[in-house]
Amino acid sequence: MIWDWDWTLQILPDLLTQGLLVTVQATLGGAVLAFVLGLFLALLRRSRRAYISRPVGAVTEFIRSTPLLVQLFVVYYVLPDFGVSMTALTTGIIGLGVHYACYTAEVYRAGIDGVPKGQWEAAVALNLPRHWIWLSVVLPQAVRRSLPALGNYLVAIFKESPQLSVITVVDVMGLARELGSERFRYLEPITIAGLFFLLIAIPASILIRRMERRLDH
Amino acid sequence: MTTINPCSAELPGTLGEAMPFLCRGAVVTLQSTLGGSVLAIAIALVVGLMASSRLRSVRGVARVYMEFFRGTSVLVQLFWLFYAMPILTGYQFDKVAAGILALGLNLGAYGSEVVRGAVQAVPPAQREAAIALNFTPYQRMRHVILPQAFVAMVPPMNNLLIELLKTTSLLSVITVADLAYQGRLLVNSGSDQLIVFALMLVIYFLFSYLITLLMRFVEGRAGRLVGRERPRRRRSAPAVEGAR
Amino acid sequence: MTTETQPGNASPAEADPQWMIRFDKVVKRFGDVTVLRELDFHVRPGERVTLIGPSGSGKTTILRLLMTLERVTSGTIEVDGQYLSHMRRGDRLVPADERHLRQVRKKVGMVFQQFNLFPNMNVLRNITEAPVRALGVPRDQAEAKARELLEMVELADKADEHPSRLSGGQQQRVAIARALAMEPEVLLLDEVTSALDPELVSGVQCLLRDIAQQGNLTLLCVTHEMRFARDISDRVLMFDQGQIVEEGDPEQIFTEPTHQRTRDFLQAVLGA
Ligand SMILES: Nc1ncnc2c1ncn2[C@@H]1O[C@H](COP(=O)(O)OP(=O)(O)OP(=O)(O)O)[C@@H](O)[C@H]1O
Ligand SMILES: [Mg+2]
Repeated sequence: MIWDWDWTLQILPDLLTQGLLVTVQATLGGAVLAFVLGLFLALLRRSRRAYISRPVGAVTEFIRSTPLLVQLFVVYYVLPDFGVSMTALTTGIIGLGVHYACYTAEVYRAGIDGVPKGQWEAAVALNLPRHWIWLSVVLPQAVRRSLPALGNYLVAIFKESPQLSVITVVDVMGLARELGSERFRYLEPITIAGLFFLLIAIPASILIRRMERRLDH
Repeated sequence: MTTINPCSAELPGTLGEAMPFLCRGAVVTLQSTLGGSVLAIAIALVVGLMASSRLRSVRGVARVYMEFFRGTSVLVQLFWLFYAMPILTGYQFDKVAAGILALGLNLGAYGSEVVRGAVQAVPPAQREAAIALNFTPYQRMRHVILPQAFVAMVPPMNNLLIELLKTTSLLSVITVADLAYQGRLLVNSGSDQLIVFALMLVIYFLFSYLITLLMRFVEGRAGRLVGRERPRRRRSAPAVEGAR
Repeated sequence: MTTETQPGNASPAEADPQWMIRFDKVVKRFGDVTVLRELDFHVRPGERVTLIGPSGSGKTTILRLLMTLERVTSGTIEVDGQYLSHMRRGDRLVPADERHLRQVRKKVGMVFQQFNLFPNMNVLRNITEAPVRALGVPRDQAEAKARELLEMVELADKADEHPSRLSGGQQQRVAIARALAMEPEVLLLDEVTSALDPELVSGVQCLLRDIAQQGNLTLLCVTHEMRFARDISDRVLMFDQGQIVEEGDPEQIFTEPTHQRTRDFLQAVLGA
């Protein structure tokens, strides 16, 4: 038998507790950062002042056009030079969060554009203050429209989180690599890691598709 | 005026130190992007058409493939192909081959969804008109549906190819000497981090831009094919995860 | 689509030259909705028939069945003596396969309400593509024929134009030329002028009237334009709820309909 069941049973608990915990932290941390920062980026992007909206647009486009891995390197290697010291996990969360904020910014932007013009006009006609219109009329609708796409990005962040293992984060993938390198035998740990991602990502995507259909109707 | 070779070691300071290596890495990055793209597009066409089939079983096979490769991350797939599979099958891929295969299989799964969506988006009336003119099922697809679907495929494919370019950076993890690998090597051997990372990011950005220019050209040609006057000048909403 | 019942053992009179189109107890259901109820009707070769009737009465469904875009739920349809959605295997009738369908489709052409020109081909290609691909006509021969047809529909100068640059009326005339290029024996017209701007309607109608009067094409036409129906048809069938309510020559149907349903319908349509 090629597959080593004894070893599988030996490493499985660690992968599913220690590794999973870190993966979940990275995913949720990255997602929260991405969802919040993305909203700010979207608002800045829509600013009527070109000296704000243009640079923000350029930077988000730049970040979307370059690899997450290299951006993780930047945060991991460069920030300490400026006296910022963080754990690898925090570094990873910042990297993931900023990278995906540039994607969610586009999602929010589409959501805001999708709010019917009549809503604005109605609010203006009621003489509501501008910031109030944004907070109570436009953003709630925009965020609601954005939910399915944000859900997809949550899954995407989950699936990309193994990249953090490259900057020494010990998530499911990091742990699997560590275990594999101890015996120089990767078959079991990597297969388990892969199955683990499949088992979470597929139901999650199906759930999001459902949600999307519900919001459509 | 003399032209300056951007890859020359004669450049001043860190530039001269880094650029020869980064250029070598950039070539590997381009090669893997090209290889991965060809494979991904081929897979996307085949599996995407299978996913549009009228036969349930054929659709099912396509669906399983797509869900499987979209369900795990590329890094895991890459590791599995390179480190785990040899134990199982006894066959060891060359690392570039493993990389290109992982890129193609993964992005091909996303591409299949693009192809399926575009085929589905061609109005059913076009298919019916083709039936009324007695085309065979193959002719309907080849001469009526696909040419029309092609236009709709280009903008999301643009996004996918940029994702693919970015994903090639993961090949550095299995020690393929691409741009990300060379950059990290330089940093580890003491070159100025800020400059090296900035150069890497700029080179990746330029490549992304190149892909967009190329795809705009393709879109323009494809658009004229179906009589659309001006192609839309906008990169549509970002890629991989949006393409469901 | 399932085929529930097959007419049985007594072999029906096949290849009866008397009928170009023959509906025999045709039932068509979409889910729970029964659109055609045991419909029987026959059309002679070269006959020109107009179908009228209220919206949802199944007129389009009849044409789509003839074009094999839908399959019957039960009953049989014959075109020029050949079963449409069935074929013979031994002495049983089984649902037709793609080869059989392509064989019988040769005899039928259709012009759609929304034209449905192929946007990825210019006007000439729209007309030549099917003869070249489906019938294997040499391309130069197909092109010569296409130019003749374009001449007839008065669009000879638009051969290299893209369909989207033509007006609705011009597009519909190209669609007519495209259908004729396949030299069908039966031409199906489904409200071919109802998507057109009012000023473009008469051009297309005149063209169709000429076509109807020239050839020995069998025409099956759905229209809400009573004058047009009168101009081009020998016989009018009034449908309601998947059944023929009344039939007769156009003059009789339009001036002295016998059935109340027909009278109500005509009143509503003609606004008389
Ligand atoms: N694909 C389908 N699925 C379900 N119901 C259908 C389908 N096609 C047609 N129907 C139903 O069949 C009935 C007849 O439709 P049909 O299009 O033949 O009517 P029609 O006589 O052409 O009407 P109109 O004058 O409005 O064009 C309608 O009730 C319609 O809703
Ligand atoms: Mg109709």
